[in-house]
Amino acid sequence: VTPSAHWPLVPVLVPLVAGVALLALGGAALATRRALAGLATLVQLAAALVLLDRADDGLRLAYAVGDWAAPYGVFLLVDRLSAWMLVLTACVATAAWLAACGGDDRDSPRYHALVQFQLLGLNGAFLTADLFNLFVFFEILLIASYALLAGRSRGRLRATVHVVVLNLAGSAVFLVGIACVYGATGTLSLADLALRAPSVAREDAGLAQAGAFLLLVVFALKAAAAPLGFWLPRAYAEVPPATAALFSVLTKVGVYAMLRLYTLAFPCFDLGPCGPSGLVLPFGLATVTLGAVGALASTRLATLAGHLVLVSVGTLLVAVGTFREAGQAAAVYYAAHSTLAGAALYLVAGAIARARGDAGDRLDRPVTWRDRAPGLLGALYGASAIAIVGLPPLSGFVGKVALLEATATEAGRIWPVVLGGTLVAALVAARAGSTVFWRDRPGVLAAPGGDRAARGAALVLLGLVVALTVAAGPAIDYARATARQLVDRRGYVDAVFAVGSLSAPVERTAPPLPPVPALAAEHAP
Amino acid sequence: MELALALAVGALFAGGTWLVLRRELYAVLLGTILLSYGVNLLLLASGRLTRGSAPLVRAARDGLPDPLPQALVLTAIVIGFAVSALLVALALGLAHGDGDDRIDADDDGERP
Repeated sequence: VTPSAHWPLVPVLVPLVAGVALLALGGAALATRRALAGLATLVQLAAALVLLDRADDGLRLAYAVGDWAAPYGVFLLVDRLSAWMLVLTACVATAAWLAACGGDDRDSPRYHALVQFQLLGLNGAFLTADLFNLFVFFEILLIASYALLAGRSRGRLRATVHVVVLNLAGSAVFLVGIACVYGATGTLSLADLALRAPSVAREDAGLAQAGAFLLLVVFALKAAAAPLGFWLPRAYAEVPPATAALFSVLTKVGVYAMLRLYTLAFPCFDLGPCGPSGLVLPFGLATVTLGAVGALASTRLATLAGHLVLVSVGTLLVAVGTFREAGQAAAVYYAAHSTLAGAALYLVAGAIARARGDAGDRLDRPVTWRDRAPGLLGALYGASAIAIVGLPPLSGFVGKVALLEATATEAGRIWPVVLGGTLVAALVAARAGSTVFWRDRPGVLAAPGGDRAARGAALVLLGLVVALTVAAGPAIDYARATARQLVDRRGYVDAVFAVGSLSAPVERTAPPLPPVPALAAEHAP
Repeated sequence: MELALALAVGALFAGGTWLVLRRELYAVLLGTILLSYGVNLLLLASGRLTRGSAPLVRAARDGLPDPLPQALVLTAIVIGFAVSALLVALALGLAHGDGDDRIDADDDGERP
């Protein structure tokens, strides 16, 4: 075994070790903790880039954790989608670390440790090839996010309680879904599920379908999809901006899990119009609508940012919900864009709130800036608003055009909502910007100053958005290749089964994969 | 046996759901704990119910209890316990704030 075979483990191991070390160093100087956390984040970024480079060859790197062979072992698997999400997470984490070093990490002595545990959960969720392991990594990232959310202020405690209770219920549903799937198929390994799903006994098919459906509900809750997303704007508005920026990756985990499971393991358990292929798209449209309405009603910049994030999540769900290659390619591209733009907007909103003093980020309290044009802050707000809304020239526009192209056959149903949501978002963002920067109120002065770290971090994120725009060609090509790879279930199964175990690699081939629609067609009403 | 287990899971879920929908955080906390009990029973049942046979005996292929759900339940119990403890801490934080733990009271987060 060459040492390079262990690369897939790095994004899980590094934050784990760093997190534990940071817990032990709880009493050490802040500078030490920052340095360690920064080092760990940069190592994760490097590892993610290495994995992206490997995955770009179209190969899947499977890693048998604990050296147990398939189908019993728990695998980590890097393919194009995983590597893309890992790089995205590491980029946002680096920017969030930069911003946190400006003072947000004084929030709690365990701040950096908690962030590392959150990254552990995120990276693990993107890598794992096992359903129960996915649950465990979800819990790790959720528990870290609860701890990052909780604070001394009453509003923050309440928001935390809402999120914890909702997600506890979500975890219960997740486990019920897992129990149903396991009861029907007898396996939880995604590759093995893909293999066994088509041959599930007739009397167990309903159980498997129920399980797949319950899991969809859980992922919708994590992704903050329409009826399950009301917790997001308020909770994210309560935390420091650096934390909110990091949280912008969390919704993407739900979307990732949908993409992964319903292309790989569960296409056979689809219920047609009542299943993922029928439900994700309309609920995505509902999310866009509700997000736009919420944005109209927002009285704070941070809640406005939350609702704009909901709009972008809805757009993402529409792209995923097409369950077609072009749509999913758009989803992969747009996921990266919306995460970066959302994180940047939260950072800028935080910097604005600090610069405005007592008025904070409240939109109904105009203040007069001490120097007429808070140039950089205004430019950053403009750029991040353009990015999240999806106006040209930034990558949000590219992503939306890709989505509109992919849904051209259903233009009548999808385009009005997506374009209308964009219009409302643009109006609201413009109104908020002109309130914050241009409306005068005699006697009240605000000085743009301080908080260089948050601005720097926002600049980094917007730089990445620009890079994603300039390199839109290669990025879209990568996204298309990702979508093609997602449909190739055979390749995923082979990658897991061919590994055997690290110490004794065996040449094994999995049994032939039956065609997908067999069971779905049989049980269609 | 199946019927008893199904009834127990159903009762736990019904009670848990009812409690989770209450206004007092203490009731909600009990509700989430009941939900997790129901989930644990259901997970256990997902490996099929077998009576009186030893786990992990190679010879006896028939009626072998499946060890995997038991491992899953163990993990789920640990995680559920940790999150419940966190929720208790949050409830205490809320109750110490102004003496009640209602989770729907007017939020002061929107006020400056």
